[in-house]
Amino acid sequence: MVDKISSFPKTWKRPPVFFESAPLRYSLYALALLWFVLAIGTVDVNWSRVAEGMDRGWRFVKGFLTPDFTSRWKDISAGLIESLTMTLTSTVVGIVLAVPIGIGAARNIAPKAVYYVCRSIIALSRSLQEIIIAILFVAMFGFGPFAGFLTLSFATIGFMSKLLAEDIEDIDESQTEAIRATGSSWLQLINYAVQPQVMPRLIGLSLYRLDINFRESAVIGIVGAGGIGATLNTAIDRYEFDSAGAILLIIIFIVMITEYSSGYVRRWVQ
Amino acid sequence: MMTTPVWQHRTSRANIVLWVGWLFLVALFVFCWQVMTKDTIWAFVADAPEQAADLGSRMFPPRWSYLDKLWVPLWDTMNIATLGTLLGVIIAVPIAFLAASNTTPSTLFVRPVALFIIVASRSINSLIWALLLVSIIGPGLLAGIVAIGLRSIGFVAKLLYEAIEETEKIQIEAVTATGASGAQILNYGIVPQILPAFYGISVFRWDINIRESTILGLVGAGGIGVQLQASLNTLAWPQVTMIFVVILGTVVISEWVSAKVRHAII
Amino acid sequence: MLSVNHLSKTYAAGDKALDDVTFTIPSGQVVGLIGPSGAGKSTLIRCINRLVEPTSGSIQLGDTTITGLSTSELRAVRRRIGMIFQEYALVERLTVMENVLSGRLGYVSFWRSFFRKFPAEDVQKAFALLARVGLTDHANKRADALSGGQRQRVGIARALEQDPQLLLIDEPTASLDPKTSRQVMRLLLEMCNERGLPAIINIHDVVLARQFTERIIGLQAGKIVFDGPPSELDESVLTRIYGEEDWKTLEHDSEAA
Repeated sequence: MVDKISSFPKTWKRPPVFFESAPLRYSLYALALLWFVLAIGTVDVNWSRVAEGMDRGWRFVKGFLTPDFTSRWKDISAGLIESLTMTLTSTVVGIVLAVPIGIGAARNIAPKAVYYVCRSIIALSRSLQEIIIAILFVAMFGFGPFAGFLTLSFATIGFMSKLLAEDIEDIDESQTEAIRATGSSWLQLINYAVQPQVMPRLIGLSLYRLDINFRESAVIGIVGAGGIGATLNTAIDRYEFDSAGAILLIIIFIVMITEYSSGYVRRWVQ
Repeated sequence: MMTTPVWQHRTSRANIVLWVGWLFLVALFVFCWQVMTKDTIWAFVADAPEQAADLGSRMFPPRWSYLDKLWVPLWDTMNIATLGTLLGVIIAVPIAFLAASNTTPSTLFVRPVALFIIVASRSINSLIWALLLVSIIGPGLLAGIVAIGLRSIGFVAKLLYEAIEETEKIQIEAVTATGASGAQILNYGIVPQILPAFYGISVFRWDINIRESTILGLVGAGGIGVQLQASLNTLAWPQVTMIFVVILGTVVISEWVSAKVRHAII
Repeated sequence: MLSVNHLSKTYAAGDKALDDVTFTIPSGQVVGLIGPSGAGKSTLIRCINRLVEPTSGSIQLGDTTITGLSTSELRAVRRRIGMIFQEYALVERLTVMENVLSGRLGYVSFWRSFFRKFPAEDVQKAFALLARVGLTDHANKRADALSGGQRQRVGIARALEQDPQLLLIDEPTASLDPKTSRQVMRLLLEMCNERGLPAIINIHDVVLARQFTERIIGLQAGKIVFDGPPSELDESVLTRIYGEEDWKTLEHDSEAA
């Protein structure tokens, strides 16, 4: 049983984790390298412009460290109020619309026809980015926060309905069965079997979406849909990096607050 | 509008708190709605269906011939997303180890700094980073790559440090018990445990970055968004539609690739 | 030889896990450590290689005083102490061979271990150990592809790859079925006897402890309440360790389990 130790192999090589065949592996490496060289080649950098920009970059870092909240406070507060109101209203409206669509998009409780309609609404809302929707809504409804509100509501519908539908599809079938066995109507089924199971996560997701909507509200202003993004855009255009720094810090601060409090609420709900 | 059924098993006190909560939310909603719409010109809103119809008629059919001019910007877009992801991931890995409570060298000083970098990077959309970078280093692909990279740091580092904190302690303990050094414990005990998560997160972020890099050109940071901005400025709606179609196709394909790769890893 | 003198451990929350524990293990002796859950068995063996930092007292392995060593000295002493865990504690996503070779981490440089280029004698020893525990064909499999008994054997090979002077064994059979448990215990005993290796086996199964060890230490609420050969482990001793229970049926129950 016990062999002499010198009879055992002296080396051991770890088997490759991906792509067992060595030629395939090396050609993939070569391909990746080739792409990398080509991709770097396409980055056409104007170094004198970059060098010139270093000074501005430094001013931005300084502006970020010594932000100026006061001199543009009127613009900042107006933009902030637009962003915050837009965020809240669009989250509420988005979720109210997302609940029926989400239920309709759950394979286990919705009829086939309804399922396909709801799934296509979700696919449409998710594949278009906020910015592109904002461009279209601004063209239709004019500049201002109303277009932003519509954009964010639309994006919220896709996000929330998809996750809600997945949650409903994952629920414990035995509970649905039990309620169904009592001879309940469809609405009672939703109310008694589905809602209690998905409610805590629905609340958690709503808070998460509130946070996302706020962050997005800072972006869509760039294409004219109102909010703090427009103020930020102006500040950067005028090279007022200390005001821009102040706006960015406010955004970071608000995101931190929503993240912290949503974590708290989620623990409380569950 | 948002109603919740009254649960019999709740005490009446909890019931009241719940109702007050919902009432407060409704009141807040109405208040916010009024503040938000105080400058809205309702005539424009009422006019929207006509505008939409008008826009629709101008947008269709898309200008298919414009596709030939989109291949190079599309290639640029892919490069912005991929190089940006690479940059972000390289910076995010050390930050994740500094932020994870079980690997950070100091909970008091280093961890809060790492966490602040993560939240700062996450709070600011890549388009805003691009806006800043274009103003600092000038328009072009480089601004786009750095913008995508900066935004990716927070995303990747956050998910990665959570994965590091969820590693199984006993596997690390076993490696420690052999007399391994700190670097060896990292290499043998922690890295194998987080590697699948790391690949998954990177590919996931790459997929998101493809999506985000399509619009960076709106502020001059390269890629297909530059064409979008130009077409919007000249009100060349059939070209805009064509660009939307290309963006949509790219996003769908990258999502499919990312799902396939993640499925293969896990 | 291992000697533990007046060892105490109080956790930050104020729980006293070990209270003035003193014992000596001569070379070649296999000791079973028994006691109810929470008696401090796990803390005791983790104090010996300082995975848990003792509050007071001293531990000596040969000429080395383990308590009070610097970090680098501690690494040098840890590689002299092999450890085997309850849940195997293999790095699940590494291959079996990497897990065994990780027993040499304290001896090789970081870069050698990083590129998996271990010295020839380490690799040969690892292959020999895998042959000894009957897992030669599994060397390139990932650890999570093995069964519980196989994983525990990899754990044993990893500990012995260290060429230890002492084995610390934490509940080696808790995750295994009765038959595999006996096989693993027999293998452990054989390995210790072949090498004249002293070991502390932390074990909750009194029957197994009696059957396989030559000395038993009973721990109750952090204190040693029994220290002697298995033959002296009678009803009154068991009551002292575990509390009141009908101990006559014990053997029957455990055998049936």
